Amino acid sequence: MSLPLEYYLVLSALLFTIGVIGVLIRRNAIIIFMCIELMLNAANLAFVAFSRHLGQAEGQLFVFFVMAVAAAEVAIGLAIIVSVFKHRETINVDEVNSLKG
Amino acid sequence: MNPELIVFIIFGAVSIIGAIAVISFRHPIYSALSLIVTFFSQAGLFVLLGAHFVAAVQVIVYAGAIMVLFLFVIMLLNLGTLSAKGALTGKLKGVAIILGILLAVEGVYIAVRALNKTEVGSAEAADAAAALKDSPIDTYRIGELLFSDYLLPFEVTSLILLAALIGVIVLVKRDKQPEN
Amino acid sequence: MEINILEQIVIPIIKMLFIVHLLVIGVMVMIWSERRVSGWIQDRLGPNRVGPQGLLQPIADGIKFLFKEDLIPNHVDKPLYVLAPAMLLIPAMIAVAVVPFGDTITIEGLDNPISLQIADINIGILYILAITSLGVYGVVIGAWASNNKYSLLGGLRSSAQMISYELTLGLAIIGVLMLSESLSLRVIAKEQGSYPWNWNFLIHFPAFLAFTTAMFAETNRLPFDLAEAEQELVAGYHTEYSSMKFAIFFMAEYMNMIVGSAVVVTLFLGGWHFFGLETMGGPIWSGVISFAIFFIKTGIFLFVFIWVRWTLPRFRYDQLMNFGWKFLLPVALTSIVVTGTLWVVVTENKLLWIGIGNTVAAFIVVSIVAGMLAMDNNSKAAAQDTSAAPLRGLEAIE
Repeated sequence: MSLPLEYYLVLSALLFTIGVIGVLIRRNAIIIFMCIELMLNAANLAFVAFSRHLGQAEGQLFVFFVMAVAAAEVAIGLAIIVSVFKHRETINVDEVNSLKG
Repeated sequence: MNPELIVFIIFGAVSIIGAIAVISFRHPIYSALSLIVTFFSQAGLFVLLGAHFVAAVQVIVYAGAIMVLFLFVIMLLNLGTLSAKGALTGKLKGVAIILGILLAVEGVYIAVRALNKTEVGSAEAADAAAALKDSPIDTYRIGELLFSDYLLPFEVTSLILLAALIGVIVLVKRDKQPEN
Repeated sequence: MEINILEQIVIPIIKMLFIVHLLVIGVMVMIWSERRVSGWIQDRLGPNRVGPQGLLQPIADGIKFLFKEDLIPNHVDKPLYVLAPAMLLIPAMIAVAVVPFGDTITIEGLDNPISLQIADINIGILYILAITSLGVYGVVIGAWASNNKYSLLGGLRSSAQMISYELTLGLAIIGVLMLSESLSLRVIAKEQGSYPWNWNFLIHFPAFLAFTTAMFAETNRLPFDLAEAEQELVAGYHTEYSSMKFAIFFMAEYMNMIVGSAVVVTLFLGGWHFFGLETMGGPIWSGVISFAIFFIKTGIFLFVFIWVRWTLPRFRYDQLMNFGWKFLLPVALTSIVVTGTLWVVVTENKLLWIGIGNTVAAFIVVSIVAGMLAMDNNSKAAAQDTSAAPLRGLEAIE
């Protein structure tokens, strides 16, 4: 007897929320970035749970695409963080505000 | 007690504790390590869901590559000293947390209540899925789908990765010394 | 569902205990043989005082480590400093769970033959890749927690090196997986059969070399030990460690070597097969003999580890990166393309043609890369020549 879908969806929702709260309360760009990864992962969990619930492999395929995009995003994002740090000596997102209108 | 439930509770609890630790630790290195713990227990949940291949890829890609990059950057920039004023304070923080809790309630509501009314969550869908359970989703089936029906998204993914590769090189490349 | 206590609980536990202890004893034997073989290669004796032929030297070393003062410097980040050795040792230990170290043993009275493997999971090789990719955390965290600039340099070097070589590690085996059509290590070993000319190291020779080289890099052994280069970084990531914590780093390195060799033997050298031998001796003894064959093959490969250590000097950092990205990675990629293409195109003698095609293609790719690098170097040298023109004027005066 396997667990019902709801268990996994609730867990996924909780993880996603923690990621959102992290993005809201932390100002360190790297930690914000990690929270985004956390949210992507929560979505992945929901994908795989649905994949088993419906007996379809597509859910797992989308997880791969999410992972590939996440990898690309991390590479670019970290490069941006490194170059911001080189120019401004900080990665606090509130201090990087010279484009403010 | 259902053994799957026990394993689910263990992995679920570890992943939530890890996730909370990510946003509460002051130091980015500790946050990164907590995130690795979360990813790991998620891999455990994937195994529980029968998605072995995804679980292995989760560990290889997230724990093995992405988080190493994070650690690498944290160590390279030596960010430990910067994070002291890293968090919001006072009212704003309270508002953020209240909003977050609202979001969580909403998510749980959707998962528990509203899902039953949709096509995916209905009893017929569950029955249809039970009929499909005989053919487990193994690596073979994923590969077959990936290289037939989803070939175009797969190729687009490779383009995205290539674009990221070039983008990173352009971003971090030092300006060339003027040639004399 | 009825649970057979003997078959489902007792025998797996016996297998686990056996393998883990074998691994720990293997580390001790490796430490001894490393020093003895080093002595032999350098025309000296090596440790020969404790016990016959110095065999008890590792035990003496272990006692010494145990009784040394366990120093935790004040400037370190304590939780991570303590955690780091475990983070290196545990992946090294659990990776061995999916390695098939022999065929099956059939004992009368049991329903199923005992398979000489702790867990035959269907994604075996991915499990190995996933677990070995975790080993880098021990090094990086240990380096960072030490709060020492040499350690940090070692950790940074090590993380960049491991990420770079993991790609080769993963890509080089894809040709093998294509032919075996399975990710299970037991199936891969079985598919290769008994005869050496059917083993994967001949069919995928360039991939075999690339995989082995990447394996050396992953274990941080010479010529890839930039993370702990004594002459440059004192001892790299474990500079600040002493007593048993240092010993655990040391043990993890040797365990990684043993597991790495076992994986190479399984993937490329036919696993427990050797023609004629593994079918000898009936249902019980054939299992034991297959285990012995696997053991000997792994031992030979471990000797190669030590041999290479005393043969090749350490790479410079840029050489390491160039080698990984410009030679090993193209070779691994070529192996995928050639294997896939020839498998579809060729109709008979597939293995022979794939073997030839792989080697030829890898040779061509390496020559092209080497040629391009040489041209690049030449143009750089020419540019330097023109900028150094005034100096040459001075030379002319002299």
